[in-house]
Amino acid sequence: MRHLLSTRELDREAAIALLDVAEDMAAVQEREVKKLPTLRGKTVVNLFFEDSTRTRISFEAAAKRLSADVINFSAKGSSVSKGESLKDTAQTLQAMGADGVVIRHHASGAPHTLATSGWIDAGVVNAGDGTHEHPTQALLDAFTIRSRLHGAASRGRGLDGVRVLIVGDILHSRVARSNVWLLTTLGAEVELVAPPTLVPVDMTAWPARVGYDLDDALAARPDVVMMLRIQAERMHAAFFPNSREYARTWGLDDARFDRLPPTTMVMHPGPMNRGLEIAARAADSPQSTVREQVANGVSVRMAALYLLLSGERGEA
Amino acid sequence: MPERILITGATLPSGERADLLLAEGTIAEMGSVADAAGATVVDADGLIALPGLVDLHTHLREPGYEQSETVLTGTQAAAAGGFTAVFAMANTFPVADTAGVVEQEMSLGRAAGYATVQPIGAVTVGLKGEQLAELGAMARSRANVRVFSDDGFCVSDPLLMRRALEYVKAFDGVIAQHAQEPRLTEGAQMNEGALSGELGLAGWPAVAEESIIARDVLLTEHVGSRLHVCHVSTAGSVEVIRWAKARGIDVTAEVTPHHLLLTEDLATSYDPRFKVNPPLRRAEDVEALRTALADGTIDIVATDHAPHPVEAKESEWQAAANGMVGLESALSVVHAAVVETGLMDWADVARVMSDAPARIGRLHGHGEAIAVGAAPGLTLYDPAAASEFDLRRLAGRSANSPYLGRRLPGRVVATFHGGYATFLDGAVRPHEEVARNAAAAWGVERG
Repeated sequence: MRHLLSTRELDREAAIALLDVAEDMAAVQEREVKKLPTLRGKTVVNLFFEDSTRTRISFEAAAKRLSADVINFSAKGSSVSKGESLKDTAQTLQAMGADGVVIRHHASGAPHTLATSGWIDAGVVNAGDGTHEHPTQALLDAFTIRSRLHGAASRGRGLDGVRVLIVGDILHSRVARSNVWLLTTLGAEVELVAPPTLVPVDMTAWPARVGYDLDDALAARPDVVMMLRIQAERMHAAFFPNSREYARTWGLDDARFDRLPPTTMVMHPGPMNRGLEIAARAADSPQSTVREQVANGVSVRMAALYLLLSGERGEA
Repeated sequence: MPERILITGATLPSGERADLLLAEGTIAEMGSVADAAGATVVDADGLIALPGLVDLHTHLREPGYEQSETVLTGTQAAAAGGFTAVFAMANTFPVADTAGVVEQEMSLGRAAGYATVQPIGAVTVGLKGEQLAELGAMARSRANVRVFSDDGFCVSDPLLMRRALEYVKAFDGVIAQHAQEPRLTEGAQMNEGALSGELGLAGWPAVAEESIIARDVLLTEHVGSRLHVCHVSTAGSVEVIRWAKARGIDVTAEVTPHHLLLTEDLATSYDPRFKVNPPLRRAEDVEALRTALADGTIDIVATDHAPHPVEAKESEWQAAANGMVGLESALSVVHAAVVETGLMDWADVARVMSDAPARIGRLHGHGEAIAVGAAPGLTLYDPAAASEFDLRRLAGRSANSPYLGRRLPGRVVATFHGGYATFLDGAVRPHEEVARNAAAAWGVERG
């Protein structure tokens, strides 16, 4: 793997291979000494143009457990905020000898531009770009679902026949996009539920059903319910009237949660707005995978960095 | 006086072959020219002669943005594309919203000598959409402005648009509207549709263009004025304009070469060379635009030549500037889009790229059919040459062309403006020569 820019470009075989490597990485995390020497001497730069402490520390932990040197480059308070271009920033990192760049950017496609521009030789990992994709989030979600369903027998398996319901702001969600592509590639069936204002106008090409009624979708007893974070600024742009109406209509409240079978997983990419898109009871229940998702994030990111940066770097 | 030029064996738009003698500021002889002693002979065997092309929508960037283009470099690009006149958009700095700025623009064009530069005046002061600019003063100035546009911005306030349409009736002006409902396009990055949803780029919906055009044609009908619609980009806009014309509303419309050839899927690369406003649309839109140009619903092709320096395009998509250079490639792109596809012939091309734009802009001395006594502005085009479009074809200051690396048919061989060559054998003529010829042809001032 040369770069990890989107889950769209992953085929089933590559996705399962990455998840299997992540299983190995997870096994390492059970040991007393959690560190592997694999990326010793390699430099990984976390290039964050947007604040995201969670994603950054997850990548940082992943790189450090593979013995890579980690440089954190936050755009805030740096030359980037003084108008330095992505090109100049990239060339600076190139001159410093970065082997891998983990980029979080507010502009959709920025990781793609970085990877294809010729400004830099490093492998590029997309850590979330605008409203486009967040591939490692989807990989950790897939990993989490697979682990819950198959435990120690997960290796080599996809998610065939697993029914996943994703609820919330689909329009602006890079998590939703990456999950739609990855989960369906792995054989899952995906349904999306959102206010009509928060889905793209034309979704005919998406391999997912789209609905507006959360109660109907929950009545079909999905295997996984994934609640997306709703951002308060959306209601100021008239996407929905107010947070109370949103919570009533599209939130996983106690009543809705209680109607779910106990086998249904409840997922959330974090950070959660408790009481808005998800009630505390659902978030803290044994069905919730929220904390596993965080732990699995490190394993999946270790796998991604390992595949990108160890050994010969392929062209694929 | 400039030298006499004899063009031999050219193919006219009608398909006839003829020799053409350019002398004494006119097409002096046509047909089989026997006596042309002392004339420079240009062999036009196999070449199509078109009346000098006229672009109703060019961004020359001067004054204010000379790192992107100047009047000199922009008109050199025009010459390389076969144009002998360009209408210079008003979004310079300072904005062309007073008689002083439009006169300066015109003078710079005369001093350059490569093409007639006809300034467009801003509709509103500073393009801010708040208050009418001095339209009358610009109309009465030496620049003789007839086309007014806030291009880059939409005159979105319906009352202000109504007033502008009414006001320009006093001097046979026209409002050239950049049709873009601003609220519906806040932060817009590409055409809104299935692809924008996948790429996570904020959508620019077709309705944001169509709703403004619908409003404006109705306003135009109500006040009995004249409207020109810039860079029509959607199939729905074509339907609205078709309806308006059928109703007898005095509306004209333009389409850019890029909207006739390129589609939104180029955004998949996130390569900012393909970022333009209005954005590239769907293949269905391209088809509708071609048909509309062929059937006369859309009157003209206009380039929306929009030069930008390298750094404005060498970035992530969202940060990149909108726009493409288009003068040098326009004729080849039109050739590919509507001639090779059999929708139009070369007489139609002469109409939509020379005659009609000159008439819409009330520009005299351009757009006349090739005939004895007509203005000696001509373009010689080799329709048989096909090649990969490369940097050598660009003559302006900026290289933000979406066609680099793309195979395009034909190429401009020579351009004659005012009876002298501005572009010959694939090269822009030196400025000293062109300026000297321009001064001789029109007795104009320098500088």
